[in-house]
Amino acid sequence: MDLHVSLVPGLLELKNPILSAAGTFGSGLEYMPYGDITQLGGIITNGLTLRPCMGSPMPRIAETPSGLLTSVGTQSDGAEYFLREALPQLPWREVPVIPNLNANFVDDFSELAGMLAAEEGIAALEVNLSCHNDNRSGQRFSQNPVTAARAVSAVKRAAGNKPVIAKLSPQIMDIVEVARSVEAAGADVISCIGKVQGLAVDVRERRSVLGNITGGLSGPAVKPLALRCVWQIARTVDIPVIGVGGIRSALDVLEFLLVGAHAVSVGSASFSDPETIFRIVQELPAVCEEYGISDISEFRGSMQA
Amino acid sequence: MSTGYSENVGIRKYYFHALDPGAFARHKEKNKPRGGTMITPIRAELTVTDNVPFGQPVPGPEGERRFYALTLERPEWKSWQPGQFIMLRPLSCEASVWARPMTICRVTSQSLVLFIRVVGPGTDRFSRLKSGDKVVVWGPLGTGFEMRPDTPTLLLARGVGIAPFAGYADMHPDTSNLSMLFGHTLPSSNYPTDAMAARMEVESLHDRTPEELETFHSVMRQRMTEYKERGGICLACGPMPFLKKAWKVANELDLPTQLLLEERMSCGIGACLGCSTITSKHWPDPVKAGLPVQTCTSGPVFWAKELDLDASIPARRS
Repeated sequence: MDLHVSLVPGLLELKNPILSAAGTFGSGLEYMPYGDITQLGGIITNGLTLRPCMGSPMPRIAETPSGLLTSVGTQSDGAEYFLREALPQLPWREVPVIPNLNANFVDDFSELAGMLAAEEGIAALEVNLSCHNDNRSGQRFSQNPVTAARAVSAVKRAAGNKPVIAKLSPQIMDIVEVARSVEAAGADVISCIGKVQGLAVDVRERRSVLGNITGGLSGPAVKPLALRCVWQIARTVDIPVIGVGGIRSALDVLEFLLVGAHAVSVGSASFSDPETIFRIVQELPAVCEEYGISDISEFRGSMQA
Repeated sequence: MSTGYSENVGIRKYYFHALDPGAFARHKEKNKPRGGTMITPIRAELTVTDNVPFGQPVPGPEGERRFYALTLERPEWKSWQPGQFIMLRPLSCEASVWARPMTICRVTSQSLVLFIRVVGPGTDRFSRLKSGDKVVVWGPLGTGFEMRPDTPTLLLARGVGIAPFAGYADMHPDTSNLSMLFGHTLPSSNYPTDAMAARMEVESLHDRTPEELETFHSVMRQRMTEYKERGGICLACGPMPFLKKAWKVANELDLPTQLLLEERMSCGIGACLGCSTITSKHWPDPVKAGLPVQTCTSGPVFWAKELDLDASIPARRS
């Protein structure tokens, strides 16, 4: 069965609709003992920053019902370290490598994008719009259609012909408005959703279980929210959508395709079993067959509304 | 609290390193695993062969303190090192339940043995595993303890921190060079104390009061001083307050000491970045000196002088 997906014709072609999600797959190298990473549709790396970044205080992770609450704070060795130490080891000729960009200023997004886009081994760039915008007293880029667009167009200008993926946060009154705005700013693809802010507390200790107090919720707990966002966006914009949130099986992949996603990113499920994403890739054709799907582009967005 | 880090220093080091592209290659060469071969972890679905409570449950303010020896069939590992760990998850759990890191206690020809203290829902699930249940395991992960057969080696253990030293004693060619100082607040019958005593000299100190804990700390300092004088090394495993004490004394005495750190982890393979610890200026890769590294991949066994356990990362906006 042909699972090929063309996200940006000629520039971002995936052999199947399954990518890794930022922050859950390292640089990709970490998962090489557990499967063949060249079999993935693409690798979206852990968040990269322009300069090395310490990240959040410990503890950073907590298990919650059907979810994982984390505050890593984009700990990163920096983009240059990634380009020098990780990228040359990645099989980027066989699988698209897509760094996830994090910055707190539009100019930093721009510089970071320029540095990464210049590399042959980089297929596309994903802009994390959940970052705090220090030009606007720390408001998240994605909270405002104008700042979201500004970050995207800065990255787009610096990225040359490399496709730009805008990753949206669901924490806004109307995610569709932001989606339209980043599309107008030149985003080639939208991915959603980013993590949802949450809090987990310890009553005995009377404190948060995370060092940074709040964290981002991911895992199956957020899947319905992600499906809703993907559905709303995919029926509105003309660019492809990558669905992210709580995917842990091939059937979950079909759910996202049904509501209009072109592709999906598998996130924290890779933590509960490093084989998850490889198993999903392997099982997808059989599950498609089981549900009578012979052409995924025909199946895409076919939910009766 | 000192963070051991200022952004400017970090950047300067970073660019300095950028001018010397050979530095990382030299670092990797220097830090090749012993024997020159990488131990590649594998993922396996294994059967539980036994799960027995260790000693009597001890009542406590946060519920009963319970200990288990969990035995799994042996994974098809080509090799492993004491100090390394596995990620463990019951197969029957919903996939939304994450795995837990467990230090490897022993590996025999037939089995993989883990020593578990129930501290929360994850370890409680492990305590309910029964013979015949299936678990998902990936490992062996991380770094192992230094083994110098002819060097006097002091093993410092507190509580469940005794676990990796069973395997260490199994693999050590001359256990007459090993001795252990074991501190515990619960009865020694909750721990494999007797099994350890059968292999080496064990000094077991039970502390029930803050004064008795002080005694343990002063005995620890004495022993570490003796091993410094004898040209020995020291290996420590236990809870963080204890490791911090050992870390301070080791640095004060300049005694070569390794610490096995325990951290919350969700992946165990360097992807989730949940288990960071901060390095000291002695970290072999200068670009990462004073910066976070992962306990799962750079550790869990670290040389004491290469870490800065007093450092913490400042809180950021939520």
